[in-house]
Amino acid sequence: MDVPGLCLFFGVIVPSLAVVSFFGGFAWKAIGWARSPVPFHIPITCGQQRSLPWIRSNRLDNPHTPMGAALRVALAVLLFRPLLRNTMTEIYAGPKLTYAPSRWLWLFAVMFHWSMLVIVLRHLRLFVEPVPAWVLTLQRFDRFFEVGHPVIHASTVLFVLGLGLLLLRRLSSPQLRYISILNDYFPLFLLLGIGATGTLLRHYSNSDAAAIKEFVMGLVTLSPLAVSGIPALFYVHLFLVSVLLAYFPWSKLMHMPGVLMSPTLNLANNSRAVRHVNPWNPPVGVHSYAEYEDEFRGRMIEAGLPVDKL
Amino acid sequence: MADGAKVAGGLMVFVALACAPIWLVLARRSTASQPEIELPVGQKRCVESAEFMRQRHAALLVDWRDAVVREGLNRYVASDGREFRISLTGTCLGCHTQASAFCDRCHAYIGVSPECWSCHVRPSENP
Ligand code: HEM
Ligand code: HEM
Repeated sequence: MDVPGLCLFFGVIVPSLAVVSFFGGFAWKAIGWARSPVPFHIPITCGQQRSLPWIRSNRLDNPHTPMGAALRVALAVLLFRPLLRNTMTEIYAGPKLTYAPSRWLWLFAVMFHWSMLVIVLRHLRLFVEPVPAWVLTLQRFDRFFEVGHPVIHASTVLFVLGLGLLLLRRLSSPQLRYISILNDYFPLFLLLGIGATGTLLRHYSNSDAAAIKEFVMGLVTLSPLAVSGIPALFYVHLFLVSVLLAYFPWSKLMHMPGVLMSPTLNLANNSRAVRHVNPWNPPVGVHSYAEYEDEFRGRMIEAGLPVDKL
Repeated sequence: MADGAKVAGGLMVFVALACAPIWLVLARRSTASQPEIELPVGQKRCVESAEFMRQRHAALLVDWRDAVVREGLNRYVASDGREFRISLTGTCLGCHTQASAFCDRCHAYIGVSPECWSCHVRPSENP
């Protein structure tokens, strides 16, 4: 391993530490959540609960089986269905109050997340040798429009556009700006930085892609090597990605595993059929009626009270 | 603790998938370094320097296409003063006679399939 100083720092040390923070933090957080008790049975219900057989229940929005709950989680992950329920409240002169559906967050979030998934999967061409056929197929669809040289990927445009619109959304509404804090802006700027450096890398830097792949494969084989012909911009992209990985577990980006682990979404609404025991209840000393009668039977009979057993 | 098992299982699947590239190189025992390319014999210098060609041959070809097709120019003067006829088939492929031994190797390595060959004649495997 003979990698010169700065390249060693930005190309090997920082990414390795970031990977440690990512997996370590991710497991730490997920295990912490798995260990915290769920005192109440708290699924969010958005439809008719299952009751009598002749009342039609809403199996998706008020699931009463684990299967139904799993389906609801899957639709939330794949289609961001809960965001479709967002509403906007406004007061006009009069005063008149209106409520209207607000689906911008849904649209921008879907644009951004799905294109990010496609981009990350496309990146596998740099990490796997030989490049898997399905990555090439995905890439072919992404290059469908054949615009520009090198061809501009549809996912790149949607990624940067989606992030830009998410940022604008936060900035343009006074209410939203009021509740937005650094932890909301930082991931947006970070991801925009990653998108910008990646796009510049592909479209303006004339980089030697084979050299970059050789460097990346060096990391993947855990034997980093110095490769000439890699532009500094690549290390900027890599550094920002390292920051993202390192920051991920300690931030709101943990909504990724969080959505799977949130009891409001993943519990079936069957609290009348299945008893939910609060795990932090202290053991309650129960004195049942049968035991009570055993204890006081003699005196009860003396006092002329009715008893179950003689 | 039923959930504990699910979370542990989920975490393991996540780590296994996220590290898939590492398992793949381990399984294939490859170092995955850049492919060897067969350079034309008896030639010293390409149209531009090797470094330039590595980084920008694609951009150069697009400039050539624009020069010929849109501006009707068919001479290219290289940075060292030599003149070339602008022609993929005539000039480039005149030296690089076997695409499979040269172009295709890097292209496959990084997963690109340029559209050039959908019109241009590929130097077939006759030397
Ligand atoms: C299973 C995977 C994921 C799902 C289902 C998901 C879902 C969502 C949803 C529903 C929102 C909107 C939430 C809200 O603001 O109320 C959101 C926001 C966001 N997500 Fe994800 N996400 C996933 C993974 C990721 C990952 C891996 C990243 C980053 C690397 C990410 C970055 C963001 C960011 C930055 C926002 C905030 C947008 C804003 O400014 O409002 N997400 N996500
Ligand atoms: C270690 C991880 C990564 C490496 C080594 C890497 C490397 C690269 C390289 C070499 C390019 C230029 C591709 C080309 O010339 O065709 C690129 C482009 C890009 N990267 Fe990354 N990247 C990484 C992670 C990410 C992540 C996590 C994201 C998003 C969250 C991202 C977003 C982008 C975007 C949007 C482009 C634009 C060009 C495109 O592929 O269409 N990268 N990256």
